[in-house]
Amino acid sequence: MASTLYEKIFKRHVVREDNDTFLIYIDRHLIHEVTSPQAFEGIRLANREIWRAKSILAVPDHNVPTTDRSIEIEDPISKIQVETLDKNCEEFNLLQFKMNDERQGIVHVIGPEQGSTLPGMTIVCGDSHTSTHGAFGAIAMGIGTSDVEHVLATQCLIVNKFKTMRINVNGNLQNGVTAKDVALTIIGKIGTAGGTGHAIEFAGTSISSLSMEGRMTLCNMAIEAGSRVGLVAVDDKTIDYIKDKPLAPRGALWEKAKKDWLNLVSDKDVIFDTEVEIDGSLIEPQVTWGTSPEMVSSINSKIPNPDHYKDKTLSSSYQIALKYMNLKPDTPIKEILIDKVFIGSCTNSRIEDLRAAAAIVGAKKIAKNIKLALVVPGSGLVKLQAESEGLDKIFTKAGFEWREPGCSMCLAMNADKLGPGERCASTSNRNFEGRQGQGGRTHLVSPQMAAAAAIYGKFVDIRELN
Amino acid sequence: MEPFNEHKGLVIPLDRANVDTDAIIPKQFLKSIKKSGFGPNLFDEWRYLDHGEPGMDNSKRKINPDFILNLPRYKNGSILVARENFGCGSSREHAPWALLDFGIKVVIAPSFADIFYGNCFKNGILPIVLDKSIVDEIFIRVDENIRYQITVNLRSQRIYDEHKESLDKYFEIDSFKKSCLMEGLDDIGLTLKNKTEIQNFEKNYQENFPWLKGE
Repeated sequence: MASTLYEKIFKRHVVREDNDTFLIYIDRHLIHEVTSPQAFEGIRLANREIWRAKSILAVPDHNVPTTDRSIEIEDPISKIQVETLDKNCEEFNLLQFKMNDERQGIVHVIGPEQGSTLPGMTIVCGDSHTSTHGAFGAIAMGIGTSDVEHVLATQCLIVNKFKTMRINVNGNLQNGVTAKDVALTIIGKIGTAGGTGHAIEFAGTSISSLSMEGRMTLCNMAIEAGSRVGLVAVDDKTIDYIKDKPLAPRGALWEKAKKDWLNLVSDKDVIFDTEVEIDGSLIEPQVTWGTSPEMVSSINSKIPNPDHYKDKTLSSSYQIALKYMNLKPDTPIKEILIDKVFIGSCTNSRIEDLRAAAAIVGAKKIAKNIKLALVVPGSGLVKLQAESEGLDKIFTKAGFEWREPGCSMCLAMNADKLGPGERCASTSNRNFEGRQGQGGRTHLVSPQMAAAAAIYGKFVDIRELN
Repeated sequence: MEPFNEHKGLVIPLDRANVDTDAIIPKQFLKSIKKSGFGPNLFDEWRYLDHGEPGMDNSKRKINPDFILNLPRYKNGSILVARENFGCGSSREHAPWALLDFGIKVVIAPSFADIFYGNCFKNGILPIVLDKSIVDEIFIRVDENIRYQITVNLRSQRIYDEHKESLDKYFEIDSFKKSCLMEGLDDIGLTLKNKTEIQNFEKNYQENFPWLKGE
């Protein structure tokens, strides 16, 4: 019987089945400081052991400062949390890249960077953006702390099978249109609950033309479409990316693995529960205007008018969002003035993102109305690479701040945050109320669009720039 | 985890769609390494007018008198009713921890985000999916009746009130999740009953996919 990519990987991992409840085996467990302490505590309290310590890669990212790391973490509560991760990793003998290790970074950046993320795997992490790793043809999903503990103790997870959805994006993407714009277009079309209960496979020529980093950006945002799992089929780009990564297989094992991985595609005649079609050539640079990622428009659009929507829940959501965002209906997106710019997060902090943003900046300076423009590389290795290419100089000369790697102002758990009422062009993934700081207003965009917003002080159509 | 059988409680109406986990428990409270104590900061940014930080004395903070949790008529409520896609956003289990710590036992909505939905069960909270029209009806009844209460019976998968024209509805729930909740089961203990099966699977699996054996 023909199977989807999701079903193929799922099947490999079924330890036992009971009605519609499956016990599945987990290959890789990524751990960070925020959602793991209670899980380790649970293991200790129940006097349990860790099933397979080698499956774990740990890193502090959510809570770490992006400023000078030679001094101690200033926030005492954050410090305890990071130290707790250190202690747990020592106690259970787990591989961790500590805060001052050059390999430290955002968990969803370092996994692929190290070759810890491989096709066909099941990958979990106590973080919803674990869907990122699906770019490699893996079932990767975010889990809560109880499940983190469950995987630590059993190497398994109790799950139901998701329905399958394929989103076909075909056509050449325009210059200046990125994976982020594809992701936001999809979310705008199917909504933030559109993928609930489904594993989404992204397919079509627009997707296969994306680099691995672009595919990661896309799968990263699957959760913003409601889907815990986003997937892209394995192809030569996947294999090339993984080759020679520190934790990737080598020699004869590599050849064997490669042969297996190239079969990780959906069968030709397979039927998905849902199919969605999108014309990639029509996608324009996207900007969110509200407090949910589905509240998104093309750069040349206007803010929608809530009065024009018959659905009461939708109309009221739009009203609440516009009030919070301090935006008036029918305002052109291009007239929105920006206070701060954030280039970073597990969505857009990889080297290609930084290169693309730097190319927009060039020799220009940030606009006078920009109070702060941050560039936060996704990992220490991304940072080193960018510095070797001189990207840091381009940013700092323009007036950006060049920081140490971490989640930073995507969720503002550390000192990087918006003040009340401040408006930010951000390459992150969530524009929820207060996400980047209480009262802060977030507009989600691509790295290029964020860089241009920093230069011009407002949103511009990067396709119109020289 | 406490077993869940039947619960009767006062209904709190939160008339919003897409209530995300950042709203349920803002990030600054995620720095805690404990599972308890999140209740006073549930919906912190909506509930208070000032900025909250861990360790603050919440009784001294300025409350938002308009927010639903602060209205006297919903005091001691334990059933939260909301609109579509409740619990969207991050995987933070601090969201159900905060709801539970506040005293919420049941959340009713037309739909939930997947991760949040699963996290509820691990903590003895019952999330109930009901048709939009039924949720609409609950919102109307809460509005029209001070101290409106609902009874939830998990065994029969029913919710009902004590009105003359009783709202009496059946809800769907996965049988495994239902039994875990009813018995208050520790699912790690349950899984470890299959220890040999997992070990055998692992051995076989590593032979088939030898590159996944190492680090």
